[in-house]
Amino acid sequence: MTRSKKIADTVLFVIMCVLSVVFLAPLFIVLMNSFKGNLYIADAPFAFPTKETFVFMDNYFNGLSKTGFLKSFGWSLFITVFSVLVIVLGTSMSAWYITRVKNKLTKFLYYLFAFSMIVPFQMVMFTMSKMANILNLDNPVGIIVIYLGFGAGLSVFTFSGFIKTIPVDIEESAMIDGCKPLQTFFRVVFPILRPTAISVAILNAMWIWNDYLLPYLVIGSKYRTIPIAIQYLKGGYGSIDMGAMMAMLVLAIVPIVIFYLVCQKYIIKGVIEGAIKF
Amino acid sequence: MQKSLAKYFLIFVGPTLIAFLISFLIPFIMGIYLSFTEFTTVTDAEWVGLENYIKAFTSDNDFVSALWFTVRFAAVSVVTINFFAFIIAVVLTRGIKGTNFFRTVFFMPNLIGGIVLGYIWQVIINGYLYKYQVTLTYDAKYGFWGLVILMNWQLIGYMMIIYIAGLQNIPGELIDAARVDGAGPLQIVRHIIIPSVMPAITICLFLTLTNSFRLFDQNLALTNGAPAKKTAMLALDIYNTFYGRNNWEGVGQAKAVIFFILVGIIAFLQLKLTRSREVEG
Repeated sequence: MTRSKKIADTVLFVIMCVLSVVFLAPLFIVLMNSFKGNLYIADAPFAFPTKETFVFMDNYFNGLSKTGFLKSFGWSLFITVFSVLVIVLGTSMSAWYITRVKNKLTKFLYYLFAFSMIVPFQMVMFTMSKMANILNLDNPVGIIVIYLGFGAGLSVFTFSGFIKTIPVDIEESAMIDGCKPLQTFFRVVFPILRPTAISVAILNAMWIWNDYLLPYLVIGSKYRTIPIAIQYLKGGYGSIDMGAMMAMLVLAIVPIVIFYLVCQKYIIKGVIEGAIKF
Repeated sequence: MQKSLAKYFLIFVGPTLIAFLISFLIPFIMGIYLSFTEFTTVTDAEWVGLENYIKAFTSDNDFVSALWFTVRFAAVSVVTINFFAFIIAVVLTRGIKGTNFFRTVFFMPNLIGGIVLGYIWQVIINGYLYKYQVTLTYDAKYGFWGLVILMNWQLIGYMMIIYIAGLQNIPGELIDAARVDGAGPLQIVRHIIIPSVMPAITICLFLTLTNSFRLFDQNLALTNGAPAKKTAMLALDIYNTFYGRNNWEGVGQAKAVIFFILVGIIAFLQLKLTRSREVEG
């Protein structure tokens, strides 16, 4: 390594360190303020808690009881986990069929699924929430059906892209050996799809966990997921309980950060694959 | 195999297709139809032709103002996000110390949901503006730049990841060979580096563009359009037309169709660009 490159690298390292601090600061500020009294947050959000402003866990207890956060956490977890499972299962099966059986219908369906990816949510939000209401899907189980329908586009597209690259021979020999299509799918095809299934699961989990408007319109009046609970804290005209808000933001962020640090490798891979498909 | 599998359509595709019809296709077709009608509950629709579309533009300035705000916001965001993301990606592919740590930190905000992001930045920006005795909703320019900062914080890491993947495609041997042959740094950038990172650039430009265009949660949480709807973007304006006014559902749906067409044009352009590049390559 030349001397000038060494110096340049050191300078860049320092700049990146500073930038990391800038990137982490917002999260730190929220954490810091979650321990401060309500009145001291708006005025001086950048000040450390002092003897006078420190309220220990009051904001957390206050926020938890105001928002029913634990319940919301439960709903978010339930809806995300089961929607993701249903999406991965349903769309991988659909994608296999659509890719392997070649006729006009499957071709049409493929393009239809791809088309749905570009349609913004606002285009269907009103009619879809009416539909969910009419069909009694406006509950935490029914919304899984809605998520399957909405997640189908990207997920079928991603699975199809991968299935096209696997040779058909293995599946064919399994079928010749007497495997029924369902057995062939679960014993032979799905294990091969595993890496893509992980990416699809992660992309959908990130979307559903953070989704606000869809669950708000479909189940929001009775069941609050985390984003809905946080939005409810805002209340009427400008009357935000800032302390509770900060504490709930921390509780909303912590699970995501833990999930990220544990599955970072898969998340980054999933994001790259999702981006390239788009 | 085709034959024996073909009979299993209902088992393999059925469930997903039914869900897709319920939550997407039928609402989509109904949405297009309803945009030409006056309705409040879907079942009481009355045909009014293009009236909703005309109303969307003429009855007040909301939609045009939201469109203009969205376009300006998207333009500034696309440029700033990609500029910073690209530079950081270049730095993080030099092999400096702590590269993995930096990558982890910069990407993290991307996983946080829009509502949470909006309130995080509301506190910070209001805290900063407190010195000047104003708040975020005092002037539309605060809301605008607040959203730009928020989106930069959220998307720089995401785009950085894609740029890093693109930069790692650059053939190192080719650069060395070009150097030996006497190519200058500018020539290397133009003939080797840019062509190999071009796909990543296209993807990132379109991802930031569509993300900025469709923005809703962040807009709702940060300013909710204040002051006086001046910081409302298209998605928020459509939402407010639907749910904030009585008997305006038809106009809301017409705005949504226009919104869909705009986003569709962007997607179509991306597809064309990607295709033409594939042919070249």
